[in-house]
Amino acid sequence: MSMPNASAASARETTEGTVYTVTGGDWDEVVETAQRSDDERIIVNMGPQHPSTHGVLRLILEIDGETVTEARCGIGYLHTGIEKNLEYRTWTQGTTFVTRMDYLTPFFNETAYCLGVEKLLGIEDQIPDRASVIRVLLMELNRLSSHLVCIATGGMELGATTIMIYGFRDRELILDAFELITGLRMNHAYIRPGGLAQDLPPGAVDQIRELVKKLRKNLPEYDALATGNPIFKARMQDVGYLDLAGCMALGATGPVLRSTGLPHDLRKAQPYCGYETYDFEIPTADTCDSYGRFLIRLEEMRQSLRIVEQCLDRLQPGPVMVADKKIAWPAQLAMGPDGLGNSLDHIKKIMGTSMEALIHHFKLVTEGFRVPPGQTYAAVESPKGELGAHVVSDGGTRPFRVHFRDPSFTNLQAMAAMCEGGQVADVIVAVASLDPVMGGVDR
Amino acid sequence: MSDANGTAGDGVNPEKDLSAENLPGQRGDGGEEIRVQRGMFGANNGGDTSGYGGLVRSVRLPGASNRPYGGWFDEVADELEGALEEQDLLPGNAIGKTVVDHDELTFHIEREHLVRVATTLRDDPALRFELCTGVSGVHYPSDKGRELHAVYHLRSITHNRMIRLEVSAPDGDPHIPSLVSVYPTNDWHERETYDFFGIVFDGHPALTRILMPDDWQGHPQRKDYPLGGIPVEYKGARIPAPDQRRSYS
Amino acid sequence: MGLEEKLPSGFLLTTVEQAAGWVRKSSMFPATFGLACCAIEMMTTGAGRYDLARFGMEVFRGSPRQADLMIVAGRVSQKMAPVLRQVYDQMPNPKWVISMGVCASSGGMFNNYAIVQGVDHIVPVDIYLPGCPPRPEMLLDAILKLHQKVQGSKLGVNAEEAAREAEEAALKALPTIEMKGLLR
Repeated sequence: MSMPNASAASARETTEGTVYTVTGGDWDEVVETAQRSDDERIIVNMGPQHPSTHGVLRLILEIDGETVTEARCGIGYLHTGIEKNLEYRTWTQGTTFVTRMDYLTPFFNETAYCLGVEKLLGIEDQIPDRASVIRVLLMELNRLSSHLVCIATGGMELGATTIMIYGFRDRELILDAFELITGLRMNHAYIRPGGLAQDLPPGAVDQIRELVKKLRKNLPEYDALATGNPIFKARMQDVGYLDLAGCMALGATGPVLRSTGLPHDLRKAQPYCGYETYDFEIPTADTCDSYGRFLIRLEEMRQSLRIVEQCLDRLQPGPVMVADKKIAWPAQLAMGPDGLGNSLDHIKKIMGTSMEALIHHFKLVTEGFRVPPGQTYAAVESPKGELGAHVVSDGGTRPFRVHFRDPSFTNLQAMAAMCEGGQVADVIVAVASLDPVMGGVDR
Repeated sequence: MSDANGTAGDGVNPEKDLSAENLPGQRGDGGEEIRVQRGMFGANNGGDTSGYGGLVRSVRLPGASNRPYGGWFDEVADELEGALEEQDLLPGNAIGKTVVDHDELTFHIEREHLVRVATTLRDDPALRFELCTGVSGVHYPSDKGRELHAVYHLRSITHNRMIRLEVSAPDGDPHIPSLVSVYPTNDWHERETYDFFGIVFDGHPALTRILMPDDWQGHPQRKDYPLGGIPVEYKGARIPAPDQRRSYS
Repeated sequence: MGLEEKLPSGFLLTTVEQAAGWVRKSSMFPATFGLACCAIEMMTTGAGRYDLARFGMEVFRGSPRQADLMIVAGRVSQKMAPVLRQVYDQMPNPKWVISMGVCASSGGMFNNYAIVQGVDHIVPVDIYLPGCPPRPEMLLDAILKLHQKVQGSKLGVNAEEAAREAEEAALKALPTIEMKGLLR
């Protein structure tokens, strides 16, 4: 074949219009040309079902040899429509839904939502102290369990199964405490608008003290196992680099932002639930990389233990729900012969003595309380960053619109900035250091 | 609890002093009506036998506030207005109204000036709202002419402040300028809001669906989109989907 | 799919069935198909305290082609459904499915536009496991029940017979709405 540019179609104008003459090319020539160019660009599709992408995340990587030239995320594989579902349930039932958004940080979702609802109700000042202290206690324990899963799965994705076993071992201890307090290991719906579903059960404080002691003993093991480990360091250092300007532009918060050296933490900046009265520090690093984020998470776990201890010390007996009977759940749960149930005293009262109490109970449970029209934004510092709830009410018994600003969703945008130009293997490390939870990303 | 801002006509409490300065947030007007609710239990197909069928209640969101807003709100408002004036943009043209409610400052921005206002808020040294926490869409189907709202929350780490921008667009022309050029973090957030509400963010680099499948029809979190649940069957009984049940709102 | 499917019905086939069932149940490789909250509990089941290794199942295969058990752990969205079916199709026969948690089994509390109301719309399910999320013990129980089922599974002509019987029973079964009794 002597035709130049053989595979291209040449165009020729005729009276009928343009006529294209399509010719073939010699395969040998085509293959030779492809071999001569050193273009090894291929598109690799990681996920949505992939063991090391932290859930159903899909990564679309354009790679040249081992180098990632372009990286994009495909998300939405776990979109659950929780925000829409909330609009068809009462305000109290809402906690049951929000707790399932980011399933590793249920107490943070519940608190953000409840703080928003309480702000709209105008009862922020009436939340009993004991309820706030227990909220802080549970959130800090939850921060520990979330960071433990992050470190565990992050290690597993690097191929270090030991650290995964360690992480889940300690997480189990925390889940035992959660189970004692809320009755569930995950998805608690324990924090409610106005306070808590119920008080701490007997023995909870002792068990948490014991838990803190055990964790104090176990946490240094992560240091011993990973912090100084040369393989671990080689995989993590200078990988997933994102500096302060990048974090600000991409809206990244949490350990990602603090790894740039900026000690921004909503617990200090915009305290809620009385965080201003606790004594703790905000760990930072100045390396902007995955290793720095790992160290920050380790240190935050230690700080969380400090806060948990302070919570235990300042727990005073008292109510855990607002006194306003128009908002507070009418019945307290009590252990019946069949496990859980309404307290028999309450049932005796509403069925036997007080018609008004029965009507009140019925109205509050079926219809729910009304929230004055308006909108508000309540933010908490979740283990992943700023978790905000934009809550809109139209004066009804159901939310008009609830939108969650989930830190996983926002931080995951930084994936491209962190991975492009790096190695394929480093993508896993970078994504693991962002700690995205797809339940929170897709909601 | 249910009556909105104690405006005249819906259950005025004679014991309450309703003069403007005693109302929360010093609302100058009676707020904006977003919906008129008739009856009590949301029954709208003639099934309301409660005796409350004749009840008419207007649902109003907090209206514009008057100066002073209180605290640092005045400082931010002054700075913003001054900075806009420096750019030969009359603040009254850009800022539709300012609402202070629940200790939160909201600027309602005219959509054609959104990018300019956001750039000013980010760059002016006295304002410095560096961090945008994304867009939240809200659909008010009965707020005619401004059905779709995009709500932005801006955080200033420098000054430790937080404000809210609210932009609205009519359903027939759902266009709002994109803020990706000012806050790149809004990339995914705007795609999400487009996905769920159909708001078109002009100037967005790649406005495609993000959470729903690419070939999905409709925008699922709008109020006119059904929840899409199915009836659940039990032994001898069928429970309708949550959006088909009786509503008590 | 091999010689064992060609055996005539009788003593030889039942013996082979027992041997094959024992081998299959004792070395089951689950595919990692974690979707949501249940996936965390599934990982917990594999970790130290609950230790799935006791049943020879701790090795979760990343590739569906080396797996014979799919634990659908979590809510299946409309966007994930085609992916899930493709992963299922890539698994070699014989294969089993555990639908872990109420969301995978029936849509659960998420009765809305986004979630597939039961993964049995997409793939055949062997064990439905309730709970939100189910405890690791419950997953272990489901796995042991599946082991029993696998141990008793039929081959060749017996399998055809069993499939026919199951289909007839399903056709004759009373729809839920026509059942009487307690509301559940």
